[in-house]
Amino acid sequence: MLTLTKKKDFITIKEFSKETLLDIIATAHTFKKQPPNNILTNKIMGSCFFEPSTRTRLSFESAMYRLGGTVIGFAEAGVTSTKKGETLQDTMKVIEGYVDLIVLRHPLEGAARCVADIVDIPVINAGDGANQHPTQTLLDLFTIQECQGRLEDLNIAVVGDLKFARTVHSLVEALSLFRTRLYIVSSQGLDIPKETIEQLRIHNIKFSYHKDVREVMSKIDILYMSRAQRERFSQGAEYIGATSVFTLEKKHLEEAKDNLRILNPLPRNEEICQDIDDTPFAYYFQQAKNGLYVRQALLTFILKGE
Amino acid sequence: MLQTPTLTVAAIEKGTAIDHITAGQALKIVRILGITQHKKQVALGLNLPSAQLGLKDIVKIEDREISPQEANQIALFAPNATINIIENFVVSKKFQVCLPHTIANLVVCPNSRCISRCEPISSLFHVQQRQHTVYLSCHFCNKCFLQEEILEYQHH
Repeated sequence: MLTLTKKKDFITIKEFSKETLLDIIATAHTFKKQPPNNILTNKIMGSCFFEPSTRTRLSFESAMYRLGGTVIGFAEAGVTSTKKGETLQDTMKVIEGYVDLIVLRHPLEGAARCVADIVDIPVINAGDGANQHPTQTLLDLFTIQECQGRLEDLNIAVVGDLKFARTVHSLVEALSLFRTRLYIVSSQGLDIPKETIEQLRIHNIKFSYHKDVREVMSKIDILYMSRAQRERFSQGAEYIGATSVFTLEKKHLEEAKDNLRILNPLPRNEEICQDIDDTPFAYYFQQAKNGLYVRQALLTFILKGE
Repeated sequence: MLQTPTLTVAAIEKGTAIDHITAGQALKIVRILGITQHKKQVALGLNLPSAQLGLKDIVKIEDREISPQEANQIALFAPNATINIIENFVVSKKFQVCLPHTIANLVVCPNSRCISRCEPISSLFHVQQRQHTVYLSCHFCNKCFLQEEILEYQHH
């Protein structure tokens, strides 16, 4: 049975109001300007990563240490008792006794919800398979606001593997709360899920589908590139099809507006050519750094209620 | 004139008659309600003529009274079904199935990457109705499915 508590979990974007998201982002801006004091002293974060991660795990752990807290956990499933056949639920119920909050990444969709239902401490979804990655979305929103000065009235293109890219699913759901115009550019067979599009329809967000990003290049303020999620493909042919369509080259940016910024949740594969890094359009490394401030703000919001 | 279905399927003295089942769904309902293990008489009528539905299925179960909660479990597959509780060969109670807000421990999530397919947990779906179409939204993976996309059920 479900455990119905008032604890603050962060599992999917759509469970949070626009106001709450903006509050967390505002705190992150404050933390970026003025590093916070040790406000999470004596708090322990369980960093439970059953799947590889660089930015999410390290920025969460850095955020916790910089807030005065400590971290225990693991970076791969192979070192846990799941290797001995223990269920995810049993593993997490044990870890619950050692920490104040769980940050969970898992390859299966809905894993974070499953854990949040059975433990009494807060759970943050750090990515569940191809489903959601809501903390990436917080830093994406933060970065968009930082580089464009606003979150409303923007033209945003999401490009790449929109089927398996959980960062896109969460971001599009969040953007449905703002007055944005969305251009959806995916290759056939890697289309954005209908559940994500439904959120746009519910919120009357204008969107259109395109086959080539160049069709909309002169209109957009944000170009959100997503790599082909090869680890989630069942067949190699899907991967080859996706990468052959979505490789952004410098010449594609000739018609871009000056204020265009390119975002990418990283890691990068073939979707953005390296020589774009030196252009003023590239903003993905700043975006990755912002993960620290946003995760500091989220940890503070959940553990201190601020 | 349509033939009276009750004459086609054997009458029972005591138990439950589920009428107005969407044609083709009776066998699924028998499995979902766990009637395959029932030791008493079970009568099935498939593709019977119906003034209301065109064709319908009927299930009659001797010595078992289906509760409204059990009945609602089948509403997804037979939204027009009526439950008749029989005593001494006559209907003592009659009610319609009602689509519940949630469906637990019944449907196997069609998403093979869903955690509910791997962990020993009960499946849970939130029922959403939009313009006469019923969707099931998985509590865990958030994926939405139409009834016809549901291919597996947890048998009881």
